Amino acid sequence: MNFDLFVIPFNVGLYFILIYVVVRSVIWFRDLSRPDKLRLQRGFFGKAFGQSLKEIFMESLIHRKILKTNFRLGYMHMSLAFGWFLLILFGTIEADIFGSKHLNPPHKAIFFKFFNPEHGKTGFEAAYSFFMDLILAFILSGLLLAVLKRFTSRVVGMRKATRLKFIDKVALTSLWLIFPSRLIAESMTSGAYGSGSFLTGSLGSLFATFLPVKEAAYPFWWLYSLSLGTFFILLPITRYMHIPTELFLIFMRNSGIRTGDRAGAFTEVQTFSCSSCGICIDQCQLSFSAGINNIQSAYLLKAIRNDDETYNIAHNCLMCGRCDVKCPVGIELYAIRMIRRRREDGYGRLKNIWGGYFRTRLPGKQEKKETKPVYNFLPEYDTGKSDVLYFAGCMSHLTPAVKNAMVKIFNASGVKWSFVDENGGVCCGRPLMLAGEDRQARELINFNSQLIWKTGAHTLVTSCPICYKVFNESYYLDARVLHHTQFIKELIDTGSVKMNFHRKRVVYHTPCDLGRNSGIYEEPREVLRYVASLEQTEYEDENALCCGGSLGNIKLDRADRQKIAEDAASKLTQNNPDYLVTACPLCKKTFSGATGTKVADIAEIVADAIAEPVRTKKHIIRSGSVKESAGII
Amino acid sequence: MEQFGFTISKPRVINYDANDRKVAGYILENEPSFGLCIECGCCSATCTTGSFTRFSLRELQILLKRGENEKVRDIIDRCMLCGKCILVCPRGVNTRNVVFLARKALKKYNGNEL
Repeated sequence: MNFDLFVIPFNVGLYFILIYVVVRSVIWFRDLSRPDKLRLQRGFFGKAFGQSLKEIFMESLIHRKILKTNFRLGYMHMSLAFGWFLLILFGTIEADIFGSKHLNPPHKAIFFKFFNPEHGKTGFEAAYSFFMDLILAFILSGLLLAVLKRFTSRVVGMRKATRLKFIDKVALTSLWLIFPSRLIAESMTSGAYGSGSFLTGSLGSLFATFLPVKEAAYPFWWLYSLSLGTFFILLPITRYMHIPTELFLIFMRNSGIRTGDRAGAFTEVQTFSCSSCGICIDQCQLSFSAGINNIQSAYLLKAIRNDDETYNIAHNCLMCGRCDVKCPVGIELYAIRMIRRRREDGYGRLKNIWGGYFRTRLPGKQEKKETKPVYNFLPEYDTGKSDVLYFAGCMSHLTPAVKNAMVKIFNASGVKWSFVDENGGVCCGRPLMLAGEDRQARELINFNSQLIWKTGAHTLVTSCPICYKVFNESYYLDARVLHHTQFIKELIDTGSVKMNFHRKRVVYHTPCDLGRNSGIYEEPREVLRYVASLEQTEYEDENALCCGGSLGNIKLDRADRQKIAEDAASKLTQNNPDYLVTACPLCKKTFSGATGTKVADIAEIVADAIAEPVRTKKHIIRSGSVKESAGII
Repeated sequence: MEQFGFTISKPRVINYDANDRKVAGYILENEPSFGLCIECGCCSATCTTGSFTRFSLRELQILLKRGENEKVRDIIDRCMLCGKCILVCPRGVNTRNVVFLARKALKKYNGNEL
């Protein structure tokens, strides 16, 4: 027996999805820019190919990153993906070895038991059947977790499970039906012929005691084939499109393709690679501190896929980057959200389900129109020549203790420095960028760049991580850009400033734009260890929290910000430190209203630790410019 | 009203027949905290743009609420969205979003989309 009518749904689904994925990949390849095409070609015949295969095995099948983040969730994903892969692989081998001939069509392997019901009674065959049963049991254990997760996400250690749309639920149901129906169909066939191993064999014998298993098996083989067919057919318009797309994404990423600041084929591939695993929701402070559960990255990507309204989702985000660093698929969530913010809101072009199959590009692509210059009122002013520039930033002017502390440190260091925005400067441009107004931000960037160029400085020091990030990434400067924590670290390393050690217990809060978004974790902590006794918290490095004051979110109201700030502050000050120290004026301002613990910037702690120098006449004149001392400790 | 014509300042009349408060309505709908503003002027006092040019969010909010949209149109683009005003606002107005929405609303108003 080689064929039965019930294999038709499976075959239709399988060949449909294979052809669809090939066509879709070709279209994506066509849509890539020319340099990206070359990268991909080079990657395909180079080292990237091997890396990609390894990554596909580790991430798409084993789900190593999810396992590391959350073992139970990882196990669920692994058992379904890796188990299914093993089932297909060893099923094919089984059909090849034990079948009537070699090189069988796929349905012979998938429905092997139906076509070879007597198989697996003795010897090597029985051992092989045992192995196949083991794989099936492995998948079913994961499936059990998946089903439980839908009802109570705590089972897999998640605060929230992703909400699904209707078509996703249909696909989910068909996916859930695949393995139980296989189990029952195989068991009944085994029961009828006395074959099968520990799972299918024993279950089959059990069924055989009270059911006419030979006849009863047939509908379940139909159900198995139908659920497979339905799943394959629905795959392109549901979140399960991530299964084929992720492979393509891994190849693209290993070939060196990055998101950049424009939407294109790569953003689209990333959008479809999201499996809605929900790790981004679990990481989001808007979710666990403020109870806002509809704007996380999984929902943003879902809205982009479904061509729903994204304006409110894209703008209601702190841009803290907690989800970005934890995404197990490695989707550049931060960059995609920024791209989304730069667009005019346009949506609703996908009229029905069929549109999901036939579209070749994501709709809603309008770029914002160019406008006339708006900041032409800015005056030209001269700051004179100097080696080191200090740019306090708008926020530091609202927390003058930071700025005054820096003035004290600069004066003690003996470098030739000048204060760019002593009397209030121009914004660095990042707040505009975060609001999606890149063109206007560019105007401010050009203005500030000219100002900095004219001074001929070799180093630019800023107190504000928001400014630091934009100076570093979007300015074209000859000067080296340092955050003040890095600058102080250099002063300590070179021995330029003498400091005392204070026996104060401090915890350090890593600002988002300094830590995750710029990669500076260690310098601030080293500075703190030098002047005070630094205590560890659970929220170090990539786990750092956002203070809630972020300028990244234009929509969040004050009450929710306060909730986030209080929650974050209470988590950081669990061990009652003397000071909650941060390195960002905005974090300082936000936290100071949210906790009873004293909040200070690193600069203030350092300024107070500076040992009083032997007073020379020159020194007295210089420190005379400090109007008020930072005086906190 | 009689227009005597011998004063040096232009006559100021709030004319709700001519003024269109749709823009303010749009902002209020999308950012309810707009309604909390008491025009105290903290935002204007701390404003980065305000130190370089004539830009007062306090004034703009009043103009928007009166429906004098054309006076707002040219000036509102000058804001740098730096966010200092949010931090000083005693009423918790999300001022950045007010400016952002005002720009959007004025564009829509031009295109008769409001």
